[in-house]
Amino acid sequence: MKKTIYLDHSATTPVDERVKKEMGLYFCEIYGNPSSLHHKGSEVKEAINKKKKKISNIISSEPEEIIFTGSGTESINLAIKGVSRANKNKGKHIITCKIEHHAVLDTCSYLEKEEGFNITYLGVNEYGFSDLEELKKAIQQDTILITISYANNEIGTIQQIKEIAKIAKEKSILFHTDACQAAGFLDINVKNLGVSLMTLNGSKIYAPKGIGILYVKKGVLINSLIQGGGQERGLRSGTENVPFIVAISKALEMVQKEKDKENKRLILLRDYFISEITKKIPDVILNGHPKQRLPNNINVSFLGVEGESILLHLDNYGICASTGSACTSNSLEPSHVLVATNTPVELSHSSIRFSLGRKTTKEEIDYVISILPEIIFSLRKISPIHGGRKK
Amino acid sequence: MKNVVSKDKSWVYSDIVKDHFFKPRNFLATGKEVKDFKFDGVGEVGSPACGDVMKLWIKVDKDKIVECKWQTFGCASAIASTSILSVIVTENGGMKIGDAMKIRPKDIVERLGGLPLNKIHCSVLGDQALRTAIDYYFKNKKKI
Repeated sequence: MKKTIYLDHSATTPVDERVKKEMGLYFCEIYGNPSSLHHKGSEVKEAINKKKKKISNIISSEPEEIIFTGSGTESINLAIKGVSRANKNKGKHIITCKIEHHAVLDTCSYLEKEEGFNITYLGVNEYGFSDLEELKKAIQQDTILITISYANNEIGTIQQIKEIAKIAKEKSILFHTDACQAAGFLDINVKNLGVSLMTLNGSKIYAPKGIGILYVKKGVLINSLIQGGGQERGLRSGTENVPFIVAISKALEMVQKEKDKENKRLILLRDYFISEITKKIPDVILNGHPKQRLPNNINVSFLGVEGESILLHLDNYGICASTGSACTSNSLEPSHVLVATNTPVELSHSSIRFSLGRKTTKEEIDYVISILPEIIFSLRKISPIHGGRKK
Repeated sequence: MKNVVSKDKSWVYSDIVKDHFFKPRNFLATGKEVKDFKFDGVGEVGSPACGDVMKLWIKVDKDKIVECKWQTFGCASAIASTSILSVIVTENGGMKIGDAMKIRPKDIVERLGGLPLNKIHCSVLGDQALRTAIDYYFKNKKKI
């Protein structure tokens, strides 16, 4: 079995050993239902409260402002649908951005089609930044919510969240940010950011898949999506997923505590990787901004070759990455993010994202650099497209 | 259509697809090879915007396709399907042009041992490129 080189951490991360160890106690030993009055219930109740306190210390919130959900997608759905429905008497206009994750875009278009909300999809420039002036102009009397992600999952562009929050605050509009990709690397202090709602996801920060967090600022009117036993302040009924709550709390603590040191290491690796592949392979385009991008994100297009073909060659060498090519999507459309940044369509089909992680080493990067040129050259040799244009 | 969905669990593609993807047959390498290749017919289908472009060249001798060269920009199934098409039309001394005109995507997919369902309509364009190349051949022949 060949060695795996996992460079797809923006898709998901492995569970960290420390996280796994800490959550382990909560399967067979500390197993009570936190809603039960007896000691097996109350010990779990206490554990959850402690974790909420810990998370609220990290993000600078109140413990009651933390809601645990089943995923980043669920947090986003709760934020957007919950706020929109609870505030629809004030207005039915929502502002989002064309490069949001489908969890945001599809939730917005659902509200548009099924519940009569109006959505503005802000454009972005070539680097993926939203235009703050365009945002200001898009605000209407009846705008109730702005939802823009902190950092983009495909090209890693980091938005000017604080500035967006200021604009929202001036107009008394609620602002939700999807911070799933950002949480491992950036400041997620909600007071510093000025957000009213924030989504976090365990599976991107070395906790298991199946746990999310929604921060909901006190006083924000929000409806629940799930009715039942009234857990999580009535916002998310269902017996709490205690082991995963423990896990995401530990994971968040870990990545936030170690982020400064880890970011430095990753930025060096990232920039080394980008400079080496652009040196060794002609006609490579970097997607996103050279600096204002996540420390672990590399997204490049190789002229004249298609992304899925590159991925399969890489996989043959044990290397895991991802592509914005239509061939790997169900829609058969290329990445909506690359389309929005005005990337020529054939280059969107040619994009590969490498996302680094805590265990990524320079040796691994060197290995990828050593085999990637040969893959690109062999595919270019059989391609009728060169230099981005047909011959 | 039988064998449409690949049964291979570790890859979505069949072993035949993988074989032709990793070891493409009869392709015409970019550059000098293309310039030097003397052909009787050429056809190109698809567009870079759609993510698939195929170009196919044929040499004809006594109404049989004796050589078939190609280039493909596209995913693994696009590359493998053009590669196997070039084998189908040239094996056993070459296919008669009349028979080559009758090749359809399902014939290519069957020879590949199946393809994932969502790949079939977009990536199997080789038969169209072949018919375009044959049309080119006929048109050119009339002129002479």
